[in-house]
Amino acid sequence: MNNESNSNELEPLNRAERESHEVIDNGPSGFASQLKGFWVTFRTMFKKVNTVQYPEVKEATAPRFHGRHQLNRHPDGLEKCIGCELCAWACPADAIYVEGADNSEGERFSPGERYGKVYQINYLRCVFCGLCIEACPTRALTMTNEYELADDQRQKLIFEKEDLLAPLRAGMLLPPHPMYPDADDQTYYRGEVPGASPLQENIAEPNK
Amino acid sequence: MGVEEKLPSGFLLTTVEDLANYMRSNSLWPATFGLACCAIEMMAVGGGRYDLARFGMEVFRASPRQADLMIVAGRVSNKMAPVLRQIYDQMAEPKWVLSMGACASSGGMFNNYAIVQGVDHVVPVDIYLPGCPPRPEMLMDAILKLHDQIKNTKLGVNREEVVREVEAAAISAIPTHQMKGLLA
Repeated sequence: MNNESNSNELEPLNRAERESHEVIDNGPSGFASQLKGFWVTFRTMFKKVNTVQYPEVKEATAPRFHGRHQLNRHPDGLEKCIGCELCAWACPADAIYVEGADNSEGERFSPGERYGKVYQINYLRCVFCGLCIEACPTRALTMTNEYELADDQRQKLIFEKEDLLAPLRAGMLLPPHPMYPDADDQTYYRGEVPGASPLQENIAEPNK
Repeated sequence: MGVEEKLPSGFLLTTVEDLANYMRSNSLWPATFGLACCAIEMMAVGGGRYDLARFGMEVFRASPRQADLMIVAGRVSNKMAPVLRQIYDQMAEPKWVLSMGACASSGGMFNNYAIVQGVDHVVPVDIYLPGCPPRPEMLMDAILKLHDQIKNTKLGVNREEVVREVEAAAISAIPTHQMKGLLA
């Protein structure tokens, strides 16, 4: 019943479709339109290629691109991280694990009381949102522009503290070593420590 | 001494293994498996600016039978997991899986009941790519690292040796419950 009524309704449509299938030969104007199309292709050959030759030529990212993290150091080499775990709390993906420990007189890694003993970032979880950077009270954690992170094993993509720490620059001493003479943690945070002094070096020597 | 020194380096001494790996790595056809926002970056890589055709892999295959590489781009929901596995099973050997982005690699920030926490619960993953979403260069970097991996793949007897070595290394590795923090 239904089928019959449908076929009756479709009949005029089918007829219209049959009629539209006639071959239309526009003659010379059809050839001209083809030329027009090829002209576009021909013109494009002289345009500048916009392909980025990635592995050979690496274009710089935006200066504030969110790449791999970095744990920064004070000018004398002490670590800025104080192990407060605010980054771990701010992380929406639970990608950061921090374990703090107390600095002692014999073994000092950062100015002040505490330092980050274990610091791990799981790059399989990290969404590079930068909330950890905002949360960090000492600017210990920042982001670099490095983005080539792919690897073939899960374990390799959990970065430990050694992988994240900034390299030692000129005038820096490898912790543990004592604070700058007559400086406390406040002096460090105000950026008044110029670099490692020879006094620190002498005491740091036996620890190496 | 011989004729091999007069010809371009290693030309005569190229083994079947090298030849096969060269062929495999330079005609890697990806299967489309875009599941979320990462797929947009994956499409960008196929486009003119990043041009995956330079590595012989511009043809994203909608049919798994003609694909070698599955780029899992996006979060995999529990309901999608069996589909993903079926697509993988339908692909012809040899086949590789690239887990693109935080969600595919580990669930990312979606640590909930609906999302598979890492696509390696479902299929064996050859290369993990972090990022949310990874920029096209990151995907190309991962693909090039995969090419490297393929070029160093062993075949036949050598493969059996490698398998034995990997197994021995896995047995002697530190168990995860003795590791610290996120590694546990």
